[in-house]
Amino acid sequence: MNLDELHEIAEQQRESDAPFEHAVHVCVAASCLSSRSDQVKNALEVEVKSRGLEHKCKVKGVGCMGLCAAGPLVETRSAKRTMYQSVTPEDAPAIVSSLGAQPVESLMLSLDMPFFAGQRKIVLENSGEIDPDRIEDYIAVGGYEPLITALTAMSPHQVIEEVKKSGLRGRGGAGYPTGLKWSTVQKASSDDSKYVICNADEGDPGAFMDRSVLESDPHRVLEGMAIAAYAVGASKGYIYVRAEYPLAVKRLKDAIRQAEKLGLLGSDICDTTFSLRIEIRLGAGAFVCGEETALIASIEGNRGQPRPRPPYPAQYGLWGKPTLINNVETYANIAPIIRNGGDWFAGIGTEKSKGTKVFALAGRVRNTGLIEVPMGITLREIVFSLGGGIPEDRKFKAVQTGGPSGGCVPDRYLDMAVDYESLAQVGSIMGSGGMIVMDESSCMVDVAKFFMDFCRTESCGKCVPCRVGTVHMHELLSKISEGAGSWADLELLERLCDMVKGSSLCGLGQSAPNPVASTLKYFRHEYEQHIREQVCDAGVCTISQPDEEMSGVEL
Amino acid sequence: MSKLKLATVWLDGCSGCHMSFLDIDERILAVLEQADLVYSPLVDIKQFPEHVDIALVEGAVSNEDDLAKLLKVRAHSTTLVALGDCAVTGNVPSMRNVVGRTSVMETVYVENATLNRIPPNEVIPKLLKFVRPVHEVVPVDVFVPGCPPSADTIFYTLQELLAGRVPQLQTATRFGA
Amino acid sequence: MKKQVQIKTLKIEGRDVSATGEQTILQVALENNIQVPRLCFVEGLSNIGACRLCMVEVKGVNRLLPACVTRVEEAMEVTVFSERLDGYRRLILEMMFSERNHICSVCVVNGHCELQSLAMRLGVTHITVPYLHPKVAVDASHERFTLDHNRCILCARCVRVCAEIEGAHTWDFKGRGIETRVVSDMNEAWGESETCTSCGKCVHVCPTGALFEKGKSVAEMSKRKQYLPYLTLMREEARQ
Repeated sequence: MNLDELHEIAEQQRESDAPFEHAVHVCVAASCLSSRSDQVKNALEVEVKSRGLEHKCKVKGVGCMGLCAAGPLVETRSAKRTMYQSVTPEDAPAIVSSLGAQPVESLMLSLDMPFFAGQRKIVLENSGEIDPDRIEDYIAVGGYEPLITALTAMSPHQVIEEVKKSGLRGRGGAGYPTGLKWSTVQKASSDDSKYVICNADEGDPGAFMDRSVLESDPHRVLEGMAIAAYAVGASKGYIYVRAEYPLAVKRLKDAIRQAEKLGLLGSDICDTTFSLRIEIRLGAGAFVCGEETALIASIEGNRGQPRPRPPYPAQYGLWGKPTLINNVETYANIAPIIRNGGDWFAGIGTEKSKGTKVFALAGRVRNTGLIEVPMGITLREIVFSLGGGIPEDRKFKAVQTGGPSGGCVPDRYLDMAVDYESLAQVGSIMGSGGMIVMDESSCMVDVAKFFMDFCRTESCGKCVPCRVGTVHMHELLSKISEGAGSWADLELLERLCDMVKGSSLCGLGQSAPNPVASTLKYFRHEYEQHIREQVCDAGVCTISQPDEEMSGVEL
Repeated sequence: MSKLKLATVWLDGCSGCHMSFLDIDERILAVLEQADLVYSPLVDIKQFPEHVDIALVEGAVSNEDDLAKLLKVRAHSTTLVALGDCAVTGNVPSMRNVVGRTSVMETVYVENATLNRIPPNEVIPKLLKFVRPVHEVVPVDVFVPGCPPSADTIFYTLQELLAGRVPQLQTATRFGA
Repeated sequence: MKKQVQIKTLKIEGRDVSATGEQTILQVALENNIQVPRLCFVEGLSNIGACRLCMVEVKGVNRLLPACVTRVEEAMEVTVFSERLDGYRRLILEMMFSERNHICSVCVVNGHCELQSLAMRLGVTHITVPYLHPKVAVDASHERFTLDHNRCILCARCVRVCAEIEGAHTWDFKGRGIETRVVSDMNEAWGESETCTSCGKCVHVCPTGALFEKGKSVAEMSKRKQYLPYLTLMREEARQ
């Protein structure tokens, strides 16, 4: 496979698409599929055929279009584009009739709305555009050109320089400079075999960015991995996907097979000496296996428990070899960076946080779904503009970012520019991109309790602070939530937060106290009210009856 | 100067800590020079006094009677000493927390009894759901672990308290000592 | 040609000490009789950094480091004992005591227990967190030994000694988090294990009374693990 052959495939695909006057894009990613978008797609195909329009109108399954709250989503493309929401199979006739004519008003969704117009798509630029099951679609929009360019016209060092220039930081949560990580692995002894790993074990509750990319544009991730492998000198790659993403797994497997068939993966890729075999490894329901050393242990067939770092995987990783491990979204940024140059990427975002970020908007917000926005956008824009504000116009209370490792950001920070540094400054983290909006009907003690419960059940058990500390913190939060907590309990909770954060072995334990610390920082009065008055203002917590047996005890 | 008032009480304990206390032998005379033993299983007084300076509490809190007694002791004492592992950690009595009080009563009074095979519900104080160490019920001022703490440790503790000092017990005794 | 040994000098607790390049902070500290609190560490077994008792402060590093797995660096300044560190250690010990059912007074290793000794040494006189009172089993199916889960602190010493020294790998963990349990083979009764060689190494490296010899009564079991480093040494020499 060389550039000419690639262009030929692209041309062929474009030529085969050209005769169609109309295209009907139906989302076939997990969210819409769960609302039976497959039946919608079938109904549309049947309708098109029954009207003899199969040569004029192409019905295509595409990836996620972002506004999951409004799914199943169908987009028609004729002279102009129209987006339809909550489509059922019964709507097929109306939609087919609307092609090149008047849109179906009752189902219409404005593409001018901030949710769509306010995004800047790099990672998600192909999602909703291409058929995730066809490599030809990916090639037709320029896919795999960056890989061939890198392999034939750039040295590994040059590739790393572009990534460094871009300022791309790990999108899995830690925000470690990607170029720096690549150069560390590249520098590691070349006598050893090296590995590239894609961390697709997306475990944060409420986060589904990676799932979306894998289901909607799997080749983008493969291409990123291949460019990375070339840059660091690896010839074997693993994608560790959580087993709870069967659609993503299927699409990845198909994509790998398709790429190998065209010589874009496998031995001597594109007639160079570079080879890369990518295998899939499934997770088995452990959040802790999203931690890189636990993930590596899992691939090795060992118990999914983290190891102390240093040594870091870049030096001593999979089977003791230098290993590059990056998140799905990080890899998905690589092909555009190579195509457009590192400087282009660095021109987007803020001084220390370049590029865009995909966020999963969830909770008390109208437009739940996925958005990709430049770093530096304000929280207010995300929640009230793209997000469409709070249902029933309730009062905004906080946004939880970073999942169980993150913190709550209250309304006084709504106008802050979202980037790695600013979120850390207010006591939260960027995390992988989960954003849970809360309004006055949320109880912050309950929120802290929920996340602590998660950490407690997901703790691997290796180190004492996390294994036992999370149990006690959860017990204390439950007690306080039920109105049975005391001031001594609050004090103990804070002591435990400090100890668990300071001495846990891995990120899970170290960040488990974050939601507690953050809610205590900004919503201490809610804890105090539960303790002092045995009342939950938000009406969420079930206040328990005092233990009759222990009446008279005031501790 | 009037003597300090010393009291001892046992809850769910084996009285071993009291025996260890008595093992201070003739040193008890030194103690009694500075304090009056105003309430104790070892003496005849039936009512817990209005005010006690130092109260030694042995045993875990296992039943309603223990609870009532302890609350009373705490309310009327300045310094409360949790004496021995049962008071400090729950120790042997707390082993029933794993199986629950119903199971314990059933095993003892039904499964392994020959006559009157029902758990008692009169006279005998009702068991609490969980056996607790003293500090899970009332604030404790001094912890003296040990099973039992040695006579030397107990004497040292008393000496310090009677002199108005805080006994430094961190490395003087241990659980199960 | 012999590989050059790098010598490094550093400060631990204000004292100047020297180390070879590959040594960990813990190794150097122990060599200099600085008794860093520790429980999962055993000389002769791999280091896993699990108990978090050996965490130390290093000047210029903004997080605590586990001494058992951190290699020494030239001019490092290590603090082993500080209010913060000792506070964490006491709380970690309290975690351990609260996690299972540790009744010292009736335990076979009363007086010879590393957990108990450490509690005494660090001044833990009572547990400030509620006891969890989990219902866990006692496996007395083995002819000579017993495993009492009530006393287990999940230090993984038994797992490591059986896998690394004896080579049988009879012990490992099942479950996750607070539900983690030591199991023999595929979660079978120890007495029915097909891999166990009854060597007793696990019994002697176990820091508490979780693993003990049958026939021993309260306070009668004392452990001997001094042989371990020699076994490791002999096996390495035999390999060469």
